[in-house]
Parts: sequence; C-alpha cells; structure tokens
Amino acid sequence: MLDPIFLLEAVINGVLLGGVLALLALGLNLIFGVIDIVWIAYVDLVALCMYAVYFLVTWGWPLWLAGLGAIVVGAVLGALVHLLIITPILASPPINQLLATGGLLFFIQSAATLLWSTDHRSIRVNMPTIEIGGIFVSFTRLLAFALAILAMVALYFFLTRTYTGTAIRAVSQDREAIALMGARPQRLYLVTSAVGGAMAGVAGALLIIQYAVHPYFGGAFGPLTFMICVLGGLGNMVGAFFAAFIMAQVISVGGVIVSTEMGYVIAFVIFIVLMFVRPGGIFARRA
Amino acid sequence: MLELSGVTAGYGAFTALWDVSLRVATGEAVAVVGPNGAGKTTLLRAISGLIAPRGGRVIFEGTELAGRPPYEVVAHGIAHVPEGRRLFPQLTVAENLKMGAYLPTARAHFRESLARVYALFPVLAERQAQRAGSLSGGEQQMLAVGRALMSRPKLILFDEPSMGLAPVMVLRLFDLIRRVREEGYTILVVEQNVRQVLKLVDRAYLLEVGRIKIEGRAADLAEQDFVRQAYVGL
Repeated sequence: MLDPIFLLEAVINGVLLGGVLALLALGLNLIFGVIDIVWIAYVDLVALCMYAVYFLVTWGWPLWLAGLGAIVVGAVLGALVHLLIITPILASPPINQLLATGGLLFFIQSAATLLWSTDHRSIRVNMPTIEIGGIFVSFTRLLAFALAILAMVALYFFLTRTYTGTAIRAVSQDREAIALMGARPQRLYLVTSAVGGAMAGVAGALLIIQYAVHPYFGGAFGPLTFMICVLGGLGNMVGAFFAAFIMAQVISVGGVIVSTEMGYVIAFVIFIVLMFVRPGGIFARRA
Repeated sequence: MLELSGVTAGYGAFTALWDVSLRVATGEAVAVVGPNGAGKTTLLRAISGLIAPRGGRVIFEGTELAGRPPYEVVAHGIAHVPEGRRLFPQLTVAENLKMGAYLPTARAHFRESLARVYALFPVLAERQAQRAGSLSGGEQQMLAVGRALMSRPKLILFDEPSMGLAPVMVLRLFDLIRRVREEGYTILVVEQNVRQVLKLVDRAYLLEVGRIKIEGRAADLAEQDFVRQAYVGL
C-alpha cells in the first residue's frame, strides 16, 4: 500500500508542474487563438530561451537578470518567426502553415546541435528543499510555479485591461471590424507573436532551473503542450489552463503509483480516449 | 465634406460600382437607396478603405483617401457602421466601446465620449458588462452606432442599419439616427427601407446595378417614381 504522504507529495508536485505546463500552453494557445496558426516549434523556441539563460549565466549575469534577458530573447524570436515565416504564408492553406512551423522545429534542433552539440547543459541553482509535516517540496519548483502564475496573471491583465490586449482579442473575432476602429491587424499579429515569444522566454527561464537543456528538449515538452491545448480546446485560454493542471496531476500521481514513464503513458491514453468522447476539448460547449 | 468622383470598384473580376460620383456637405444627411445587389455596400467599403477603388477619387476635407487602408481613413474622421453590425461578440459592451476609441486622439477623450454614448443609449450603460453577442438585435445596432461615435468622427457611414430588425425596432432605430444627427454629425446612410430613410435625410441618390440613376432632395423624391422604382427593384 502506498504511503499517503507520498501521494500528497505527488499531488503537490503535480500542481507545481501544472503551473509551468499551463504557461507553455497559454503561450501557444494565444498565438493560435489570434493568428489561427499552430506554432509546432513553440517549445523549441522555449529551449532556445533556456540556452539563452544558460549562456548568460555562464557569462556571469545574475540568474534573475538572465531570466529577464530570456524574456527579451523570446519576444524577439516570436516577432522574427512571425515576420520571416508566418507573414509570407498567412493566406496559405493550414497544412502548409503547419509544415512551415514544423520545418522551423527541425531547423532549430539541427542548428542547436551544430552550435552547441548534444550536451545536456544545466545551471546549478542552490536552493533549499522545504519540509512541511514530512512532505518535501523543492523550493526551485515552488519558485517556478509562483513566477508562472505571476506571468499568467500579467498576461490576463494585458489582454483584458489594455487597449492593445483588448484589440488582440478583438482581431481574432473580426479582423475587418478592428481595422475600422483604427487598429492595424498586421501590427496586432506581430505584438501577439512577440507576447507569445515572451511567454516562451518566461517558460524557458523557469524550466532551465529545473531541467537540463539539449537540442531535443522540445521533444519532451512539445507533445505534452499540444495535448494540453487540444484538451482544453484550441484557442481556449481558460480551458488550456485547467487542462494543464489535470494533465500534470495524471503525470505526477500516475508516476508515483506506477512509474514515471507510465505516468506519461496514462496521460496520453486519457488524452486519446477523451478525443473520441469530446473531440472539441473537455471544455467545449455542446452543440 | 466628402466628394466621390468617378469611383469604380469591385471584387476580383466582378465590378460592383461603375463611375459613381456623389457628395456630402458638412452637416448634411444623405441616403443612397436601391435594390439588393445595387452596389450600396461596395460604395461604403470603398469610402472606408475596406476595398481599394479601381479608379476615381475619394476626397474628404481636401484629402485623397482612395486606396488608403481603413485604419487611416477612420483617423481622418470617417466612422463606418458596417453591414451586419460586425461587433466583437465575445467582448463586453464596454470593451466594444473601448475598441471604438482605439485611435490615440479618441483615447484622450474616452470618458467624455463614453458618457455621451451612454446618455444617448442608456440601455448600453445597463448592459456594459454583458457580452455583445448576448444582446438583442436592436441593442446590438445601438452598440454598433455607439462604437462608431467613440472614434469622435465627423462623418458616419451607416450600412443597412435597419437590416434584421423587427418593424417596431426599425422605427426606433431611425429615431436614434435622427438623434445622432441632431448631435451635429454628418451622415451617409445606405438603406433598402426607402420610405423611412427618406424622412430622415436631406438628399438621396438612387443606385441601380452599380450606377447612380437619380439624385435629388429627399422631400421632392419621396412618394414619386423614384421610390416606386426602388421598390420594384426590391
């Protein structure tokens, strides 16, 4: 019989993992919801931001400053992806757009291998493990969770309180009407991509303090991120947020009950079954 | 204020407007009436920049606007209340009005404009936290008009404002447009509801298969051949 303490620990770890997964899913979902293109290479951009933090710290930057640097790197990368790859194919069939961002994935992975080899790189962070009543929680994970929540709250306020953020939601509903209001749809798309990129930067900074980065890092979190977005309903921000926590629980608790690998297997099986039952995502409204 | 000369416009290989010339003077209310498919919507879209005219000139207060994108045209003081209202259904009433004031000059006067719109349409103030998509047809039309006013325009283009409204609401709507007019805005309205719209405007044009057929004072034209022709077209 499993010790309930371990189970509780797994639940807490699941919540902490959920925060970072939700951040990843929200960044991807923001871009899809507004521009209607899935950035297959989104988590590979996150990996590039992890490298950015790694190198900045290696050059002697303090960690917090390197984290802010990664946000800037992410925003610039997001804007570049939009200008160089998305803008020329905005009117193309969805499959071509998917292939183009998929091509970017291979480009990033290969370029990273060429530049930085397949070495696993991590930064040493000396942070304590906190013990509360026999439950051990890593302070690093707690910090990552808190900052992920903070970033999502900031995104929420940006999208609901500012003119630009509200216009970003409006352009996804009626592109022509927002142009009649005096906003430039192309500029809103660019801002959306930069914000989505900045979210990738935040995620990269929060992941590098927990995991080692390597050129194929995107392969570990990429499929999971897509699964969460689809499960929550593509483009549905609230849905993605909750789906992230559900999936993180399955992975974390399943990992403790069976094994870490099985935690992922269970999560993907649940995903496949749910796609048959509710193809529009668990939060889709019934027709 | 607004002068169109020889405007030709269309979509792809299809030409919807042929050599259209019309003018709207400051403070005037002008209607363009005509049957379905006459090119009325295309005319307004060519003015507000949603489509670029193939030829001709669109002069607004001395500035050539033909071919300019919509976000520049609205900055010159032309607000377009499009066909089918085109609200942002997932945004609240207040957020839709906020989007109406997107331009920097309009943003600076946001509170003042909002108070004016709420005074004109008190029902919008009551429903400000509601999603625009959940409003009734009449309320949606008020919101579309209110959103246009938020940009502090000089000229307002109305595209089929009575479309999709119950007959009782149509009468109320024309009253509302009349009140907007009394606030000092210049109006160019496109309508199929000829009888009602002619009571509202000073002058009218009849548009048929993309060409201006007749032009004249509303009072002279009402209840004449002109009206019958338009109705036959319906």
